Amino acid sequence: MECAVDAQSLISISLRKIHNSRTQRGGIKLHKNLLVSYVLRNARQLYMSEKYAEIYRMQQYEEVMTVCNEIQELDPLDLAEDGEGCCISSAGGEPASLCCALHPAASPPTPVQAAPGCAALHGEEACKEQDFYRSCCAEPYPLPSCDFSPPGAHCNKTTVLDLDTHVVTTVENGYLHQDCCAPPQPCCQGAPVLAKKRKADFAYYAEELPDFVQCKKARSDDFPCPTSEQLDSSSISNLISIFGSGFTELVNRQADFEQSLNGQFCSKQVLASLGAWTRAIVAF
Amino acid sequence: MIPGRGGDPDDTRWCFAQVKGVVEVNVTEADIISTVEFNSTGELLATGDKGGRVVVFQREQESKNQPHRRGEYNVYSTFQSHEPEFDYLKSLEIEEKINKIRWLPQHNAAYFLLSTNDKTVKLWKISERDRRPEGYNLKDEEGRIRDPATITTLRVPVLRPMDLMVEATARRIFSNAHTYHINSISVNSDYETFMSTDDLRINLWNLEITNKSFNIVDIKPANMEELTEVITAAEFHPNQCNTFVYSSSKGSIRLCDMRAAALCDNHSKFFEEPEDPSNRSFFSEIISSISDVKFSHSGRYLMTRDYLTVKVWDLNMESKPLETYQVHDYLRSKLCSLYENDCIFDKFECVWNGSDSVIMTGSYNNFFRMFDRNTKRDVTLEASRENSKPRAILKPRKVCVGGKRRKDEISVDSLDFSKKILHTAWHPSENIIAVAATNNLYIFQDKVN
Repeated sequence: MECAVDAQSLISISLRKIHNSRTQRGGIKLHKNLLVSYVLRNARQLYMSEKYAEIYRMQQYEEVMTVCNEIQELDPLDLAEDGEGCCISSAGGEPASLCCALHPAASPPTPVQAAPGCAALHGEEACKEQDFYRSCCAEPYPLPSCDFSPPGAHCNKTTVLDLDTHVVTTVENGYLHQDCCAPPQPCCQGAPVLAKKRKADFAYYAEELPDFVQCKKARSDDFPCPTSEQLDSSSISNLISIFGSGFTELVNRQADFEQSLNGQFCSKQVLASLGAWTRAIVAF
Repeated sequence: MIPGRGGDPDDTRWCFAQVKGVVEVNVTEADIISTVEFNSTGELLATGDKGGRVVVFQREQESKNQPHRRGEYNVYSTFQSHEPEFDYLKSLEIEEKINKIRWLPQHNAAYFLLSTNDKTVKLWKISERDRRPEGYNLKDEEGRIRDPATITTLRVPVLRPMDLMVEATARRIFSNAHTYHINSISVNSDYETFMSTDDLRINLWNLEITNKSFNIVDIKPANMEELTEVITAAEFHPNQCNTFVYSSSKGSIRLCDMRAAALCDNHSKFFEEPEDPSNRSFFSEIISSISDVKFSHSGRYLMTRDYLTVKVWDLNMESKPLETYQVHDYLRSKLCSLYENDCIFDKFECVWNGSDSVIMTGSYNNFFRMFDRNTKRDVTLEASRENSKPRAILKPRKVCVGGKRRKDEISVDSLDFSKKILHTAWHPSENIIAVAATNNLYIFQDKVN
């Protein structure tokens, strides 16, 4: 009798009920549909708040990276000292450990030591289990920018499009999680995080985001996307893992999210399309 | 023990009396009972079903030869009250399911009841015919018209006895007044008017007039997208003909006085209990929706039923209920599954006993619950064919919530959610109850010593 009390499945169940009520004998039952819409609203609120929390953390990460870059640019020598300092003092401070993991520290920390967030969070078993952790611990050190990555390399690029302001935010991140585990090399050189913010015409980005557009069209038909898309969650998961504790649950939810995908949502663009998502639900 | 007076449900031992309906593996949907109602004397018991039929049972006169057998209920009349209709303008089918039956008080030999489906209320007259006229002048015995030229003598027709026939005729049809689905009807204590309630409006009718009704409550918003609540039930006060209450899907009850204004959108009293924030879930709105509201016989109290509880309200206290009884709180952790299988939308009714000391409501697995308001004790009983031996005493049942299950207990996961008791009725003065379990009607009475 147990069922997953999870926002996404509730949303899909509710939508199915509303759809079925249209063909029920006796006409649409106003009372029942009103109650179903309340469940839909509650589930959506939870879902949106989780997504907003993710975006918030992504933005926090970007800010941290920007600060790190600025610190690095100041004085390499100073940085080395700072880095050591921050490595030592980074018992619980995530940004500090991030910084020291990223820049070329004098004494390269061992994989375990340099990844307080990563290892502490998930343990070595988890490191082996999930793809990005595998790449974290096993693969050679990556190239800084997606554009320069060799073919087949695990390169992640996340693009967020705000429908209301038409601001496109692209986060190119290489293997930040790898930075936790692998011996550090100048990963900050190529400025692995490029926060490009530019105003853009939505139409211009139509080609760049074909999946997104397709998803949006499907949603406007009152039904979710028929095609299922694998969520490229590793980029987001990377960011989360770097920030350490507190995000375990979010990462687990991401994993569940991937597993529970059944064509109901174009998950890759869900993060980017919060506005459209809101409107799709409100249409009911 | 004085019949009709409350008393401890533990002292009151309920026995099986009768069961109506057939035992079948696959229940025909049309046979599912959708409403049960005793008349004001308890002599008649009416049921309505999803197929639009009404069956009226009449209690036998008690026999001196068999004092231990109180009067049995036997079929008195069966008729098709409503038929399925089709609204061509909206391309909608109108279900024939009888949503409610309400009896009118008896003035003469005939019985009158109101029955309603989603759109139309009908007044039925149920009368007996045990004599028929014979000896007409212009008609012969077969009813053929006679040629007046052949008549040479005149006679006065006489009434001769015949086999008892109970016939039901539709005396009034109150239609075309509701856009939304009718969920309640209630007869006023003035016995001249009644009200019919749908999701957004309440209409007042005169029993004699079918082409006009007055709208007394309208909660339809100008923009339907702003709809936040619907009316779920309504009832007239048992003594005050100007007062009625209606309940909403948000868990509130409004008491209205028809003397205040023609349109009673402004309530006189507003009963609502603030939600407990620790119980908040995805389904909070659904489980707080009130499915039934009933005045006590005295008119002093109100009883409401929502998905998990029954509450008794004092009309003089609006801020919170006087008493709250948990019907099946063990379902609180199962709400998600109950949402998936639609059980969370089940509308349970509740009833008072004759003295307002005990309240009763249904649950799943063919269980029903009684709560004694004085002793605060409660009992769970089951309507099943296994306990169907005449005068067999019903054994209290218990649902095991967690941990070790005792021998006679049933675990929450073993409950049969397809067997639900939504409709029950209590005799107005005696301890006789009628319990509708899907397509069967069980009649239980207390043990006569």
